[in-house]
Amino acid sequence: MTFVDGNEMAGALEELFAVDVTMARWRCANCGREAELAQARVYDRAPGQVARCPGCEEVLMRLVRGPDRAWLDLRGVTVLEFPMP
Amino acid sequence: MVAIRPETATTSTLTLEVPDWPGHRAGQHVDVRLTAPDGYTTQRSYSIASATDSSTVDLTVQGVPDGEVSSYLVGVAMNGDQFELRGPIGGYFVWEPSAVDPVLLVAGGSGVVPLMAMIRTRAEAGSRVPFRLVYSVRDPDSAIYATELVRRVRDDRGLDVSYVYTRAAPPDHPYPPGRLDAARLAEAGWPAELTPLCYVCGPTGFVEAAADLLVAAGHPAERIRTERYG
Repeated sequence: MTFVDGNEMAGALEELFAVDVTMARWRCANCGREAELAQARVYDRAPGQVARCPGCEEVLMRLVRGPDRAWLDLRGVTVLEFPMP
Repeated sequence: MVAIRPETATTSTLTLEVPDWPGHRAGQHVDVRLTAPDGYTTQRSYSIASATDSSTVDLTVQGVPDGEVSSYLVGVAMNGDQFELRGPIGGYFVWEPSAVDPVLLVAGGSGVVPLMAMIRTRAEAGSRVPFRLVYSVRDPDSAIYATELVRRVRDDRGLDVSYVYTRAAPPDHPYPPGRLDAARLAEAGWPAELTPLCYVCGPTGFVEAAADLLVAAGHPAERIRTERYG
């Protein structure tokens, strides 16, 4: 199955976060790898968007946007680090 | 949408007038959302092609055979049509005209679009930062912006463009068709000692391969920015 990258997920996440999320660094709960959201692998041909770690392929986060609410599952991320101005 | 112009047989540039557009940075993208009469919505991300000082927003869209959004944008949409846009989005895959490091752009197919925004922004800003574009395409007819790039190589001082043809090369091209490899990248790119900023955009397989070649050539991973599409 093909994937894109975290840039594809940024628009939907920016409805929830007040900052540029493509530069947010995550740490994978499974393998400990750290990278920017833009470098995650995003599988988006589904009802929601699933971001996976490019190192170990585990799920980092899932985002489902409904008409009047959003569900953000951060099961695979231990830390999100945002550059702040 | 105020204009649409074909770039190649499968690719067109749509010019959009966006009320209250806040301006964008070179390399950013937008989400385009289409809504059917029955309320079904679908969206895709498209890179912005225009320079940052433009009052309109250009999106260059490649029609893909089963693409719900792209086949509408390049095949059905007409001047005067309205789309829902979200953006501009992204701060990772961007180039700032205030940057002074040499830049290496590596494009596969329509991955050239956000890199073209950087090339156009560089010219508009009068930046003299040396830019090299290595552009991998199937054949000469699939090259987007080919005419403009010829003009820019002539007029924009410090811009080099090299093509890698994967299926069919023009008769005067010095290399037989083939994929981007270490030798071509070493010749057409920058040596790692110059610590260029590298931007790689294209289909996922191309981006992974090109980024691996750059790392193998000694470029530090944090100087390589990538954007992949499916």
